[in-house]
Amino acid sequence: MKIDRRSFLGLGLGAAAGVAASPMTWKLTDDISIWTQNWPWTPVPRDGEVTFDNTVCTLCPGNCGISVRKIAGRAVKIEGRGGYPVNDGGVCLHGISALQYLYDPSRIKSPMVKKRDAWKTVSWDEGLALAAEKIKSLRDLGRANTIACVAGSGEGTIAGLYRRLLMAAGSQNFYTMDSMDKTWKMLIAEMHGFDGTAGFDIESSDYLLSFGTGFIEGWGSPVGNFMANSSRKDRNAKLVQVEYRLSSTAAAADQWIPAKPGSEADLALSICSVMITENLYDKDYAEKSGKNFDDFAKLVTEKYAPELITRTTGIDVPKIKSLAAGFARAKAPLAIAGRGRGDAAGSMMEFAAVHALNCLAGNINKKGGFWMTKDADTMIWPSLVMDDAAAKGYAKAAAGPGGSPDRLFDALTSAGEDETPVEMLMVYNANPCHTLHDAGTVRSAIEKIPFVVSFSPYMDDTARLADLVLPTHMFLEMGEDIHGCASSVKKVTALSKPVAGPLFDTRHPGDAVIMLAKAVDGSVRASFPWESYEVAISEVMGDTWDILAKDGYIKCASQPPAFRPGVDFKLLVGYDGPPAPLGDKKKFPLILVEMDHMRLTSGAVASSPFAVKTVPDTILKDNDILVEMNPETARQTGVSPGRMAVVETPVGSARVKVNIFDGIMPGVIAMPGGLGHFGGDNRYIGGKGVNVNELIGPVIDPVSGLDAAWGIRARISRA
Amino acid sequence: MTKDNHGKAYKFGMVIDLDKCTGCGSCMVACMSENNVPFKENETDKKDSLTWMTVYKLTNGKPFPDTDICYMPRPCMHCGGKGDHGHSPCVSVCPATATDYGYDTGIVSQIYTRCFGCRYCMVSCPYHARYFNWWDPKWPPGMEEYLSPDVSPRMRGVVEKCTFCYHRYQEARDRAYYEKRDTIAEDEYQTACTQACPAGAITFGDLNNPDHEVYKLVKPDPHNCGRPRDPKAFRVLERLQTNPKVYYISEREWVRKAGDNYRKGEWDKKNMLTKADGQH
Repeated sequence: MKIDRRSFLGLGLGAAAGVAASPMTWKLTDDISIWTQNWPWTPVPRDGEVTFDNTVCTLCPGNCGISVRKIAGRAVKIEGRGGYPVNDGGVCLHGISALQYLYDPSRIKSPMVKKRDAWKTVSWDEGLALAAEKIKSLRDLGRANTIACVAGSGEGTIAGLYRRLLMAAGSQNFYTMDSMDKTWKMLIAEMHGFDGTAGFDIESSDYLLSFGTGFIEGWGSPVGNFMANSSRKDRNAKLVQVEYRLSSTAAAADQWIPAKPGSEADLALSICSVMITENLYDKDYAEKSGKNFDDFAKLVTEKYAPELITRTTGIDVPKIKSLAAGFARAKAPLAIAGRGRGDAAGSMMEFAAVHALNCLAGNINKKGGFWMTKDADTMIWPSLVMDDAAAKGYAKAAAGPGGSPDRLFDALTSAGEDETPVEMLMVYNANPCHTLHDAGTVRSAIEKIPFVVSFSPYMDDTARLADLVLPTHMFLEMGEDIHGCASSVKKVTALSKPVAGPLFDTRHPGDAVIMLAKAVDGSVRASFPWESYEVAISEVMGDTWDILAKDGYIKCASQPPAFRPGVDFKLLVGYDGPPAPLGDKKKFPLILVEMDHMRLTSGAVASSPFAVKTVPDTILKDNDILVEMNPETARQTGVSPGRMAVVETPVGSARVKVNIFDGIMPGVIAMPGGLGHFGGDNRYIGGKGVNVNELIGPVIDPVSGLDAAWGIRARISRA
Repeated sequence: MTKDNHGKAYKFGMVIDLDKCTGCGSCMVACMSENNVPFKENETDKKDSLTWMTVYKLTNGKPFPDTDICYMPRPCMHCGGKGDHGHSPCVSVCPATATDYGYDTGIVSQIYTRCFGCRYCMVSCPYHARYFNWWDPKWPPGMEEYLSPDVSPRMRGVVEKCTFCYHRYQEARDRAYYEKRDTIAEDEYQTACTQACPAGAITFGDLNNPDHEVYKLVKPDPHNCGRPRDPKAFRVLERLQTNPKVYYISEREWVRKAGDNYRKGEWDKKNMLTKADGQH
């Protein structure tokens, strides 16, 4: 048959009509849609009875109450715990993400020993025996004092057990990570002669003057602060933020005072000078019952009058005067310090200058003011058994003075070839290789230590350098006593409880110490008479234990302390400004600062996959970190938005991308913190971005001896 | 139990106070955790990052130090469409009836197994509230343990979006039915983001019910497709007549102005009219 045009068209049309009339098209479409969605590996979550379990989150010092929703006993979701005094139902993104920390497959699943740079799984008995052997041999050699421990905080019975182990073995080398709470504590001892903790009654204050704090970016008790911020309008309360960058706190504030970086303390003193010259201060408190007031008044009025500091701060005279008037005329004014999250110690002088405002306003131990509270010392520890080796070791001074880990690692770095000030280091709930300034040097210092034991549940930046990992439970798998957030006036003592697992061959960190002490034997064993952590905590907590075990938490009355310690301005009379950031001004014309971002954690634990997912692409793009700078700074340095650049500081350099933001002061580069983690098998955070602490070097505060760095001089150029 | 549901329809909506929002991101994570939203190793390409709730950062565009920023959480707006009759932009174009308007709740649904991934709805959504699953969801080994049975995990090739936590509504409705009640109380049905927001910036409830907080906050005008009568409240892209059920509140004028595109002089004229209205 000849195929001509006519039959070709006829056949074609016939075929088309046939296909259209048959159900084939629809059947195929249907089949395709079923087939494209038939993925047996898409999980079908198991159903079951819904229950809720309450505990307390310990990811940050805020310690919010959380409620874990379970389905057939399986933890499925974390929500805020309604009615809990700290957060009343609210919860931050990291708390919600905690289940990702629990089920994280990159957790350390059993004890491990490093042999020739490879990890080998061992049993708990073998691991503990190894650590105990080391302690024993050091004690036998009379070098018990070279055993050191770095813990996240010194609060609670678990930290107490680690401290006790060190004392029982014979060493003073117990360190806790620096934070603003340490500085506030030292400050009130210095200015008020008071031994206790500082608290801020933010939710009752009607004028909050914040000097660079990340008030709603993780400072203090984050969720409590969010709530206090939201209620400002109803309470008719003002928030004034002094900061060189339009942070979320500055954006939320009623007034943003963009003072030059490093001049915050000068500005505080200038406000003091206006308050004094215009008679806007509490004479009864500051002058009559205060010491060295006249010298202080002379200093600030002569050297820090607004006209004199306009140049250094960049804030004009009328604005300073109006700040002073606003602060002084408020019913409950409150000045707060502690940059960013407040997880660095900060400069004592800066804190003192800010606190002088509170003292001048006389808002001390009053509603809506600055509170000083005695630490409730309810723990009863049985007497310690110390043998000869322990007594001799304990008599020797700590390697790093002042209990600051910076000083410990400094001592290690400066030690000679044949010296080993630390033979053994234990790390619990801390990640000094990431969170301390000049992290690279800290890493080399730790590498010098012959034997490092990590008690971390995760293979973090410090655990990877350890010789032995004894993995502990993560917080949802364990119970411990929690002693409220220091900077909050809501003093809550709580007991967390295990709500899941344990999923792997991990131990409670308290049990791990007790087991270790028992393995050391002798007098060390005798100092740990408890069978387990559970027995230990119930005995040590004394009377409070019964209430905690029954109610879960104890809330102290939120009333200001009845007494008002006087103030001594002596410290400020010698005021000479806070320590300047490291680096030569000519060689490094810019200033690099750390920018704390609520969606990234900055403590011992790296951010969860959910948290990293929420991070905007102006902070992290693929694996590159973005630094923030004013368009003016970019123009002057020749770098362009979205392009690679190199940031150099006196301690390090890094390849970064550039993000342009109008809200940052020209001359300042802000780099987000909480990135550049070693993640091990966790590729959701590991290896992403750069750790800002690799670029910022520590500056030891001459007054407190703690690290006061908040930034460093830097330069940036096109890559 | 009344059998007749006519006239008793809910109109669930959300009011977000932008002056309270701190941009912390808790709403985003609460949503992901509640709704089994997966995550990838690299989530920095925001175009393929599944975030039913996302927080935008707005700036007023002024140079230092007059710059201001505002965070704007954006769930699905659950548009009522022109005339508020349920012809949402996405519902109108879906060839598979995979997304539909619930006249009893005002919620725009998404049925994953019906969706065949044509993505018309994504194109038609003016709020970028819809996301396409370019890949199969993959949880690291062990993390599937936290998945909730209340929300089905999606598969490759379908569109997903915020559902106002519809499963929570179903649960509340079931409980009410079991307890022989006709209506569900305000606090019985709240979305995960509302519940989590530590700043208390999000309010959720029935826009038809004058006793509900959402109604009091924005005073929706029933004769004007639910337009807010409160001068501080606004809806995004109001001029498109999509009639969203998510309202925003801000005291800052530049923020309210950023909620839509205005011709030269139009904003001032509109503002004068609002002010004149207030004097009646």
